[in-house]
Amino acid sequence: MHRVKVRVVEDALGANTTIANANRGDFDRDHVTVVNLMSAPGSGKTTLLEKVLDGGADALGGLRAGVLEGDVQGSLDADRLSHLHLPVVQINTDGGFGGECHLDANMVRSALPALPLAEIDLLIVENVGNLVCPAEFRIGEDARIMVASVAEGADKPLKYPLMFRACELVILNKIDLLPYVDFDVEKFRHYLGHVHPGVTILEVSARTGEGVDEVRDWLARLPDRVASAA
Amino acid sequence: MHELSVASAVVDTAVRHAAGRPVTAVHVRLGVLRQVVPGSLEFFFGIVARDTVCEGAVLTHEVVQARLHCRDCTHEWTIDVPAFRCPQCDGVDVEVQAGEELEVETIEVEEEQECIA
Repeated sequence: MHRVKVRVVEDALGANTTIANANRGDFDRDHVTVVNLMSAPGSGKTTLLEKVLDGGADALGGLRAGVLEGDVQGSLDADRLSHLHLPVVQINTDGGFGGECHLDANMVRSALPALPLAEIDLLIVENVGNLVCPAEFRIGEDARIMVASVAEGADKPLKYPLMFRACELVILNKIDLLPYVDFDVEKFRHYLGHVHPGVTILEVSARTGEGVDEVRDWLARLPDRVASAA
Repeated sequence: MHELSVASAVVDTAVRHAAGRPVTAVHVRLGVLRQVVPGSLEFFFGIVARDTVCEGAVLTHEVVQARLHCRDCTHEWTIDVPAFRCPQCDGVDVEVQAGEELEVETIEVEEEQECIA
């Protein structure tokens, strides 16, 4: 026996990228624009979705929405969206070693047969709440939205730069709580400006509905922005 | 948990390139911007390598520093804090030239001695 060095030089996540591209091909074929919605646990992604989607396609510039819910376990989030009468599919990641902390391209791929892609224009994928892992795994999305809340620290962009850089829109949620917490919005914007200069920031309260129209507007214009960037 | 997923991806990549040969070492390049903790990656590598040709292999790594390039003024610089605005012109059109690597560079495998006639 002798030892041989083999040159590999390959992105360790290349297999994920290949599957993400296959997902992208399927989405493109049915003209579906896909958003990957990411945040820490408890930032209000599901409440935000309930508010953003409860006006139906009319409130989204005519886009018919569908939702893919990613959670480690259970269907609580999908159940919360069931009254909206739009396609909602739940993916659980607990099949793995203790439950995967993110969605990867293959998990999304396995859920595609359950989604009526031909009847959807906008697919929102609610990722598992986590500020690290989801940023690593592309799933075939066109855009990524990161939700932060004022119940978290204003310094989070500096602590999780990978996540705050891997998105096209940052939503600062729960602004109705600002009078009760020590969150410094200017400091947050300042730190975010270092980590991801130029990124769009929307201040929202999913609870009161403040700023929700701006999120709808951003989503409604997304397919045109994606088309013009291609 | 992040490192567990990355370790699985590293093992999968090494297994594919090993083509059945026992792997004794795997060398990875880790960009600082990927926020991978090397010690944690090594720990999970040892676990996910079990029952594969990578079982018992040594994982070595090199950390790749971040290098940025400003498309506005062509300034190039390195960072050790997450500040992505150009320090020269305050521009925001900044390209990451290095620091995002998550790459299996080489593997070392055992082969039967070949006879050279």
